[in-house]
Amino acid sequence: MYEIDCPWCGLRDESEFHCTGEAHIIRPEDPYALDDAQWTDYLHHRSNPKGLHFEQWQHSSGCRKWFNVARDTVTYEIKAVYKVDEPKPAFLLTDDQSANQATVESSEVKA
Amino acid sequence: MQNFSIFSLLRNSMTYHENWQQHWRSPVPKKQYDVIIVGAGGHGLATAYYLGKVHGITNVAVIEKGWLGGGNTGRNTTIVRSNYLWDESAHLYEKSLKLWEGLTKDINYNVMFSQRGVMNLAHSLGDMREVQRRVTANNLNGVDAVILTPEEISQRVPFMKINNTRYPVMGASFQPRGGVARHDAVAWGYARACDAMGIDIIQNCEVLNFLKDGDTVTGVETTKGQIMASKVGIVTAGHSGVMAEKAGFRLPIESHPLQALVSEPLKPLVDTVIMSNAVHAYVSQSDKGELVIGAGIDSYVGYGQRGSFQVIEHTMEAICELYPIFRRVRMMRQWGGIVDTAPDACPIISKTPVRNLFINCGWGTGGFKATTGSGWVFAHTLATGEPHDLNAAFSLDRFVTGKLIDEHGAAGVAH
Repeated sequence: MYEIDCPWCGLRDESEFHCTGEAHIIRPEDPYALDDAQWTDYLHHRSNPKGLHFEQWQHSSGCRKWFNVARDTVTYEIKAVYKVDEPKPAFLLTDDQSANQATVESSEVKA
Repeated sequence: MQNFSIFSLLRNSMTYHENWQQHWRSPVPKKQYDVIIVGAGGHGLATAYYLGKVHGITNVAVIEKGWLGGGNTGRNTTIVRSNYLWDESAHLYEKSLKLWEGLTKDINYNVMFSQRGVMNLAHSLGDMREVQRRVTANNLNGVDAVILTPEEISQRVPFMKINNTRYPVMGASFQPRGGVARHDAVAWGYARACDAMGIDIIQNCEVLNFLKDGDTVTGVETTKGQIMASKVGIVTAGHSGVMAEKAGFRLPIESHPLQALVSEPLKPLVDTVIMSNAVHAYVSQSDKGELVIGAGIDSYVGYGQRGSFQVIEHTMEAICELYPIFRRVRMMRQWGGIVDTAPDACPIISKTPVRNLFINCGWGTGGFKATTGSGWVFAHTLATGEPHDLNAAFSLDRFVTGKLIDEHGAAGVAH
């Protein structure tokens, strides 16, 4: 069982939390512009990696706030806990991924 | 293949059972096959078996990273039933159940299929209405199902505390033809029958990548070199996402650890399978006497083949509440399997965006019961290139069209 470092409450038992799936999935800026395949990607497709995974957790039996966790899905090691509006922690990303993230963020800012 | 019968058993007893054939060979992979199946679990081996038996395609290799039947086939709670709500699922699982009924004879291997009945408990008025709806739907689809009253449940399972405070039992659905089978024997029996038809089962051979010519798959790159094939089928359960990524497409699948546990062996006590969808606790008793208990899944994505302690704790609380007689029973082993869950809790048995590459995944928490039917329809899909009527609805395409099969809110919660 995990002990998870809630950004607001500190270290608490996993049983107080609920994982609610992959993080950093951005809601389409203009929903009407999407075709069915793009909707499928947004609604259903998930990266489901064997290794580093970025996910949303809620402290559902505590402060009820949401936050993001970077976690390894094989070793189960929690690499980082960060707030929902923060980008993926840079130290976990390769150069390519950092470049990609920068593009995503700039498009978010435009919206 | 040596035939198993009372006569061969007697004959071999004369030589102290030292002259039995090996169940299957360990062949060196050929350069080229008609069909490669990735994953030698129950579903993959069943697919190979029906490719040979029904479609006459025996130039087939089943490639397995570890040992055959070592994944979810060896980790489930062995329950077989077909009482699903929606037509598409009911037909597919009922086909599977019919194949189960003849499987031992079909593959000349005792899979110890025991139709001891499966009970799904209702703990609230809402549960009870769901039971009535599902039993009616089952009967309309030709699936056997009846509603049991609390008195009838008490008669069948006298040690269940019907009037407990936390999870009162208001009734149950019961499928008399449901039951359990010996999970390892299913993998071994199919493997032996495949081998007898000349199908190669290649263990300890990991698929590293898919070889493609444009958007058509031409083979696989493995730890034992390149193996070419006209068609490739992916049947890798929890690792379906990993395989799809190698092949270059995305899946609506997430992999979670699902836990189960067994107790120390007891004298015969539980002569049926008792499931409780609402509390996600189910129990049956193996022929060795162990209570086989299924727990829930962890909410996070995980490939660790182990799960969180509080999930088991939650299940055991419910088990102890419903069956106070089990409170002092010691649990012997606990383990996790990696289940591939789709948003609608239904499988994907489908073509993929890559030509000649097919996938059979998304069985989530309840694939064992469908081992037979899953192999049967996937063999049809691989042989003809098109889905059978029974699996046409279970395409990848349904996540684009929106025609999902919503078993998650219906019968698909507990397995």
